[in-house]
Amino acid sequence: MKIVIINYGAGNIQSIKFAIKRLGYEAVLTNDVAEIQKADKVIFPGVGEASSAMKKLRDSGLDKIIPSLKQPVLGICLGMQLMCNSSEEGNTEGLGIFDVDVVKFSNVVKVPQIGWNQISSLKSELFKDISEKEHIYLVHSFYAPLCKETIAESEYQLKYSASLKKDNFYGTQFHPEKSSLVGERILKNFLKL
Amino acid sequence: MLAKRIIPCLDIKDGRTVKGVNFVDLRDAGDPVELAEIYSREGADELVFLDISATEQKRKTLADLVYRVAEKVNIPFTVGGGISSVEDVDILLQNGADKVSINSSAVKNPQLINDLSAKFGSQCIVVAIDAKKIDEKWVVHLVGGKIPTELDLFEWAKEVEQRGAGEILFTSMDNDGTKDGFANVALAKLSEDLNIPIIASGGAGNMQHFTDTFIEGKADAALAASVFHFKEITITDLKENLKDNGIHVRL
Repeated sequence: MKIVIINYGAGNIQSIKFAIKRLGYEAVLTNDVAEIQKADKVIFPGVGEASSAMKKLRDSGLDKIIPSLKQPVLGICLGMQLMCNSSEEGNTEGLGIFDVDVVKFSNVVKVPQIGWNQISSLKSELFKDISEKEHIYLVHSFYAPLCKETIAESEYQLKYSASLKKDNFYGTQFHPEKSSLVGERILKNFLKL
Repeated sequence: MLAKRIIPCLDIKDGRTVKGVNFVDLRDAGDPVELAEIYSREGADELVFLDISATEQKRKTLADLVYRVAEKVNIPFTVGGGISSVEDVDILLQNGADKVSINSSAVKNPQLINDLSAKFGSQCIVVAIDAKKIDEKWVVHLVGGKIPTELDLFEWAKEVEQRGAGEILFTSMDNDGTKDGFANVALAKLSEDLNIPIIASGGAGNMQHFTDTFIEGKADAALAASVFHFKEITITDLKENLKDNGIHVRL
């Protein structure tokens, strides 16, 4: 199986590579379009700020390539947010895969949300053998509201999308690569899709 | 529901853990990676590595350690100690650190907080503050608490938040090493004044202290070193105890 992690200069991708290695697979870091297109699984990571990350995608032409991919694609954290219609962070347009707009938590809660929260209303094979209310690790100030593409919810200030799915595209607001055994299981489920 | 976090802190010198540890099942008591794996298995929510070495090879040794930890550990970890530039942080994050913690360098050059959060995002920038109560005023100290500054804890914490820190790690030097509990009055004030997570540090001696810092101190996370290293408290027991006290933790 050929697994690629899209490397567009946004954030800590070493951890994802290592997490995949712990599952017994090798992943390649690349921004090469041909290599991404022919992969069996594509991971689209992202840590940092939305508008500057979008700019990097546009500069490399990946903004056109990612939505056209046919194999399973997993966006993680900012990666998932960039797959939405837009983000309030830097008022940027997204890739428009998920039909939802990313907005900021209000100041009634501490922002960013940092730590382990629970996922529930699990609706996809991505969560095979994962129990309701398991804890996963998140670090974020912006969130995707609940929508028809929500496949897992979490609650902080309000219920929001912890995970999204449309066709072959999956997104997790949380970091499976940092979510202990639960996260490893979710990553494994993705690799088995 | 967001869980309260338990964070063991490992002091590192030249790539090895410094403070004596008391794990009978540890093959190499000085290996931070092995210790990190054990804490992770026991249910630690995060780890902090504090590098106290002062050699010229420090940067490379620390980056190597970060790489080895990231390779093995499936929970988030923060690295601190002597980080003073955007370049330092870049190397650590690239090697797999999730967050970095800055302390003295932020006091000397507060703009560093802005620069780091603009480049890497607030979420990975922890500002550590050491303070001590002098004549009813909490005074920020530098160099592991040796040198007093002119800064007031609460004013500095506010500034740090405004400059883009994602979290504050507050160590009360009055409590550190006493095993008499955390500085809950000051912690609660920080939590009320600010809108970013606060990590309590300094003073953990028994399990009740953790419950107290989450309830009275309103802390989001609690950090400790020796009570874990010397197995006075195991993380598994601590989390069960917190749960029994009605505190939401990840079990």
